[in-house]
Amino acid sequence: MTTVTATGEQTTGQRFTLKRILPVMGITFLIIFALLETVPFVLTVANSFKCLAAVQQVPQSFIPVPPFGVNCRTESGAALPADATTGALTFNPALEGYEEVARFNLPRWFGNTVIYALGVTLLRVLFDSLAGYSLARLKYPGNRAMFFIILGTMMIPGVVLLIPRFIILKQIGLLNTYQGVIFALAADAFGIFLMKQFFESIPNEIEEAAQVDGASRLRIFFQVVLPMATPALTALTVFSFQGTWNNFMDVLIIVGGNPQLQNLPLGLALLRGQFGETLRWHTFLAGSVITTLPLAVVFFIFQRYFVEGISYSGLKG
Amino acid sequence: MAAITATAGKSLAQRKREEALTGYAFLAPALLIFLVFLFLPIFFAIYISFTDWNGITPLNQPNAYNFIGLENYNKLLFQQGISQRDFYTALKNTVYFVLGVVPTQTILALLLAVVVNQKWLRAKGAFRTAFYFPSITSSVVISLIFMWMFTRGGIVNDSNGLIHNFLGLFGITRNTVGDWASTRVASLTLWDWISGPSVTMFTIMVLNTWTTIGTMMVIFLAALQNIPAHVYEAASVDGATGFQALRRITIPLLRPTTFFVVTLGQNDPDDCLHRLRQRVQEFGDGAGGGDGDCVVRHHLRVLAHPAPHHQRTGRYLGRSL
Repeated sequence: MTTVTATGEQTTGQRFTLKRILPVMGITFLIIFALLETVPFVLTVANSFKCLAAVQQVPQSFIPVPPFGVNCRTESGAALPADATTGALTFNPALEGYEEVARFNLPRWFGNTVIYALGVTLLRVLFDSLAGYSLARLKYPGNRAMFFIILGTMMIPGVVLLIPRFIILKQIGLLNTYQGVIFALAADAFGIFLMKQFFESIPNEIEEAAQVDGASRLRIFFQVVLPMATPALTALTVFSFQGTWNNFMDVLIIVGGNPQLQNLPLGLALLRGQFGETLRWHTFLAGSVITTLPLAVVFFIFQRYFVEGISYSGLKG
Repeated sequence: MAAITATAGKSLAQRKREEALTGYAFLAPALLIFLVFLFLPIFFAIYISFTDWNGITPLNQPNAYNFIGLENYNKLLFQQGISQRDFYTALKNTVYFVLGVVPTQTILALLLAVVVNQKWLRAKGAFRTAFYFPSITSSVVISLIFMWMFTRGGIVNDSNGLIHNFLGLFGITRNTVGDWASTRVASLTLWDWISGPSVTMFTIMVLNTWTTIGTMMVIFLAALQNIPAHVYEAASVDGATGFQALRRITIPLLRPTTFFVVTLGQNDPDDCLHRLRQRVQEFGDGAGGGDGDCVVRHHLRVLAHPAPHHQRTGRYLGRSL
């Protein structure tokens, strides 16, 4: 009797420790990775407010303390040494990086980024949902084939298209124009796929009822189907906006020749060349913060839709 | 009432024809975009890859190009020379890249998702946000941040590379290794040469994993939440341990998702192309000059010219096929 109890207790004991240890290991693992993913951003924000000399200091200070807005140069114009503006973990915020980046055409870049993001998103939402609905609901010869062709385009590596696309755009006179960027990105296979999957998941009865009432397909689509597709439309909007906001490569290829049409990522990337050999890291990091901030705000407001959207696409894949 | 009669009045064939027409009309705008900006460029690229067009002469001029059949492909794949060497270097590096990155990010993302999915975990949303945030950040921004951290004299890297640091574990450093290390070849010391491209490559792999892991974790997490709880309950009743459940239930049930994530991962080297480009520039000749060049170098050249050189187009297609 005693033996049995002892063995029983031992196993529970072992199980108990394992049950205690696993969560601790899991949480440690999670926290380490969460830190790895977030620390670079924290350091980016911190360093964008530092004087250049302090930017590459090790260990990195990241707690801002007054006085704020210190001058990075002495009265004779020489740069202050790193120690003058930083403590062990603290630093006095300076605005040198932001002042330097503000000398460039930031409002223009910002405006262009907004134009591209809005234009592309608007067209994509319209074209992708129309195409998705067509593939999901309407029967016609070649429906399946079209779907697989469109899906197949997702497999084409983007780089292959860069140069031929440049030449085509040049031929039709859309190179270095707003329309060039917006039209070239106005439909995407992923969005069509997303919309098709969604339309297939909603019941057909309501549309059939509307049809019996004599409504045209176009009216059914805009007045009955689209309002039901709000979750998918939101996901699509969020993805298109984010993708176009951050788009660097297409914008570089299509409007690279006209500085007036640059967007934020392109301007930021070309910023490096503007200072010759010197790497003004605090300036670049300030530019990075300015580029990321609007999207970060959008992300935090619409977080649920970002995550739902990506989950949605993944599950159906 | 009138509407019903109208609908009923149409014959079945008529209705079918109308539906087909609507279908094509709805598909038309997206298809037009694809046609002009996707299919046309692809066919153009394939066509040009069979010619000796130099990429500069306007195409409407006579003698702008000649048909040379498979010559470009031959040069790229079989003939010894610079084109061949570059192509196979790029191929080798792409393979390394995929082999290094895809398993790492898939496994890490899955493990993270499994932990985040645990019932006892608090602040799930905060973790999800932390992991997903890099995915919404512009790749230009990410490359700048990483360049800043990993650059010579940056906060993560000193002038030593991966190999240097590894050798350092055994007490082998620049000062103990002997004078040969200071010999300059092409304006770099031999010591710098051996740190070489592997550092670049490794950094790019880390960068890539770092950026995509969040997206993949969220995908896995969504799939995990779709596995019904009673499956695990049944397993638990049968005496399965947590690890057994992971191996025998979770992983098999996640197979479609894993497939999706792996496919997504393989396409990624192209997405981060310009990150790589900037990184090579950053490391300068020190890292970008050896034979271990990553995918980058060859893209870099192509990018340097806005129009395709016939070999380059060929090379492109060689890769994409």
